[in-house]
Amino acid sequence: MRQVAIYGKGGIGKSTTTQNTVAALAESGKKVMVVGCDPKADSTRLLLHGLNQKTVLDTLRDEGEDIDLEDILRFGYGTTKCVESGGPEPGVGCAGRGIITSINLLESLGAYTDDLDYVFYDVLGDVVCGGFAMPIREGKAKEIYIVASGEMMALYAANNICKGIQKFATNGEVRLGGIICNSRKVDNEYDLLKAFAEELGSQLIHFVPRDNLVQRAEINKKTVIDFDPAADQADEYRTLAKNIDGNDMFVIPKPMVQDRLEEILMEHGILD
Amino acid sequence: MAIDDKTLEAILNEFPAKVKRSRKKHILIKNSDAGPQEIEANTRTIPGIMTNRGCAFAGCKGVVLGPLKDMVHIVHGPIGCAYYSWMTRRNKAKSEDPKKNFLSYCVSTDMQESDIVFGGEKKLARMIDDVVEIFNPNAITISATCPVGLIGDDINTVARLAREKHGINITAYTCEGYKGVSQSAGHHIANNGLMENIIGQGELEEPPAKYTINILGEYNIGGDSWEVERVLKEIGYHVQAVMTGNGSYEDLKNAHIAQLNLVQCHRSINYIASMLETKYGTPWLKVNFIGIRATIESLRNMAQYFGDEALIKKTEEVIEKELMEIEPQLEPYKKICQGKTTFCFVGGSRGHHYQGLYGELGIKTVLAGYEFAHRDDYEGREVIPNIKPDADSKNIPDLHVLPDENRYRLKIPAERMEELKKKIPLSYYAGMNTTMQDGSIIVDDLNHYETEEFIRILKPDIFSSGIKDKYIPHKMGIPSKQLHNYDYSGPYAGFRGAVNFARDVSMSFITPAWNFIVPPWKDKPLLEGSIEQCSEGVCPVDDDKK
Repeated sequence: MRQVAIYGKGGIGKSTTTQNTVAALAESGKKVMVVGCDPKADSTRLLLHGLNQKTVLDTLRDEGEDIDLEDILRFGYGTTKCVESGGPEPGVGCAGRGIITSINLLESLGAYTDDLDYVFYDVLGDVVCGGFAMPIREGKAKEIYIVASGEMMALYAANNICKGIQKFATNGEVRLGGIICNSRKVDNEYDLLKAFAEELGSQLIHFVPRDNLVQRAEINKKTVIDFDPAADQADEYRTLAKNIDGNDMFVIPKPMVQDRLEEILMEHGILD
Repeated sequence: MAIDDKTLEAILNEFPAKVKRSRKKHILIKNSDAGPQEIEANTRTIPGIMTNRGCAFAGCKGVVLGPLKDMVHIVHGPIGCAYYSWMTRRNKAKSEDPKKNFLSYCVSTDMQESDIVFGGEKKLARMIDDVVEIFNPNAITISATCPVGLIGDDINTVARLAREKHGINITAYTCEGYKGVSQSAGHHIANNGLMENIIGQGELEEPPAKYTINILGEYNIGGDSWEVERVLKEIGYHVQAVMTGNGSYEDLKNAHIAQLNLVQCHRSINYIASMLETKYGTPWLKVNFIGIRATIESLRNMAQYFGDEALIKKTEEVIEKELMEIEPQLEPYKKICQGKTTFCFVGGSRGHHYQGLYGELGIKTVLAGYEFAHRDDYEGREVIPNIKPDADSKNIPDLHVLPDENRYRLKIPAERMEELKKKIPLSYYAGMNTTMQDGSIIVDDLNHYETEEFIRILKPDIFSSGIKDKYIPHKMGIPSKQLHNYDYSGPYAGFRGAVNFARDVSMSFITPAWNFIVPPWKDKPLLEGSIEQCSEGVCPVDDDKK
C-alpha cells in the first residue's frame, strides 16, 4: 500500500488534482482510498458526485466513540473509498487536533485494508500546525506531492511546505515525490516549475495544462475522467497518475532561502 | 554548622555551569554589613530542576478565587485541573445561608477530545445555564486551563452573554497554566478580574460601622481568618470583606467602603491593595497575624492608624486579656521547642511570617525562602522601580485604575498620612530579608537537590514547607510541618492559633517515630577513605609532596 499526501497553497487545485488522479488510478484497476483532511470536507465531492458524506468528526460528535466504518466510509467513482475527516466551523476549536483524532479513528476502525493499492491524503492549505502534519508523521504517508503553479505565492508556499517535509524526513521515512504543476498560464510556467523542482532536488512530475473542461466537470460534480473520458484533459490526468504510479524518485527536499527563490523567479519567470 | 560562601559554592558546583550561575543569584547568606543584598526572584525555573512551584491556573482559581464561597467556580478544561484543585488548600468557609456555600463542589466542563476539536464555548455556555439552574449562586467565575488558550475559546464573550441572559455576575479569567513563571501570575490575573468586575459593584456609599476594614491576602486556611476576626471584632472593628478566605461575592462587591485595608499576604494581593488606594483612597497596612508579637504589633498599628484613644485603650485591654489566656498554655511547649532550628520555605509570605512565631517558641530559622515571590517580598517595596520587566511579567497586563469620581475619599489627612508612614508600614512592606539574622540562608525557589544538601549541612530540627517536599526530610529523620495547608490542623493565626501551632510543632518533636529512623550522618562517617600500601618504593603521598 502506497500512502500519498498532497499538499499545496490554498486554492491551488489540490482537491481537483487529487480526485482526477485517483479517478485515473481507479480506472486502471487500482484500489484507492481518499482521506480528506480539510475541515471544509470537499475533498471527495467529485468522486461521490456531491457533498453527501458525513464526516468522521461529525459522526464522532453525534454518535460518540461507538462508530462503525460504514458510518464514515462511502464508495465513489470506480469503487474508490472516500472518507472526510471534517472539522470545526471556521474560527473555533482546533482543526489540527481534528485531523489527528480522525486518522487515529480510521486506523482503529481498520480502514487501512491490505487490498488497497493507494491511500491519498488531501491536506488543507499550508502545514500551519502539528495536526496538519499528521498524515506525514509516524510512518503514515511516505510520499508527498506538492501542487503548485507559476505564481509567486504558490511557489513560496511550496517551498515552505518543503521545510516541513525536511523536518519529518530527517526523522522518518517521508519523502518528496515531486511537484505537480496545475497551470495558471503565467509566463514561462513550465521552465519555471521545472527549475524550481530541480532546485529542491526533486522533479516536475507532470505539468497539467489549464482547461475550462475541469470547471465544467466540477460544476457537474464529476472528475474529468468521469465527465468526459475521451477529452485531452482526461489524458493529462491519466499521464499524471501513470507518472506517480511509476515514480521512483523520492528525495528529502532542499528548501531554498527567500533570495534564491526570488532569483529563480527572475531567471525563469519573466518572458523577454 | 553555618554555611559560608565556600560551602555554598561546593553545593552549587554539582550543577552545570550555566545552572550554577543562575541558582547563585537566587541564594543569599544574610550579611547586614553588606548593605542591601539583591536576590533574583520570579524568573523561570530551569527545566530539570525539581521545583515546588504551581501554575497560573493554580494561583488564580486555586488560591485567590477558590475560597469565595457564595460563587460557583467553573473550571473550563479537561477534568484533571478541576479535580486536583478541589478542596486541597483547606480554605474553610461557613455560610449563614447553607444553600450559598459551594466550596465542596468540583465544577468543570470536563472537556473531551471533540470539545477540543469543535471548541468548548457551547459546552461552557450550557454548563453556566446548568449551574444557575441547579445552584443559583450569587456569582460565577470561569477559569481557563491550558487547552482553552490553545484552541482560542472566547470565554470572555461566553461570560458576557451569560451575564446578560441570567442577570448575575459571571466573569472569565484567562489564567491558562502556561502563563507566567509560577502561580504568582495567576494571583495577578485574579486580582485584576476581581477589581475590574466585582469590587465596587455594591451599592454601599458609607462604611456601615465606625472602624470598617478589609482583610486582604488571608485565605482562612484551617480557620486562620476566623481567629483573627474574633479578636478584631472584640476590639470593635467591622470586617467588611476578607480576600478571599471565607469571603463572599456579597461582601466583596462593597469592599470599596472600608477605611483601611489590611494586607496579610503581600504577594498574592498587593495588586488589589494598591488599586484600592488609587481608586478609592483607602490606604493599606501591612499586617502579620502569625505570631504573638507580630499580632500585637499589627493590632497596635491599626489602632494608631485610626488614632482614637478609646480604640487604642480597648486594643491594649484585649491584648492583655488574650495574653493572660495563652501564655500559661504556651509554657510547656516552649520548653520542648527551646534551642531548636528550622527551615521556613513557603509560598509568598509565610516564609517570612512564621519566623516570628518560631522565634517566640525558641526555634531559630536558619534558612528561609519563597516559592514564587518577587524581589520586593525579599528586599522591600523600594526595589519595585528597579525590577526589570521581562517577557513573562509583561505577559500579565497591569490594570490601570483611576480615582473614582464619586467614591474617592481621603481617609485621613495627607500630613497625618505622611507622619504615620514614618511609624507604621502604611502602603509599605519591608520584605523578609531585613528581619533575618546574619549568617542565615535565604533561598528563592528552593529545589529538591538544594533541600537535601542544606538539610545535610544545617541539620534543622524541623522543616516547614508543603506537601511536595514534606517527605524528603521525613526520610532523613526530620519532622516536617506543612505551612501551606497546616497538615489537617489550625488555625495557627492570632493568639489562640499560636498555641495550636506550638502544640503541633512540639508533638512533631516528641513523637517516638523518629527514634525508629536513623539518618545516615548519625551512624555513617561523613568522610570515607582507605589506606593503600606503598608498592615498589613509590609512595603516592610522597609523590604529592614533591
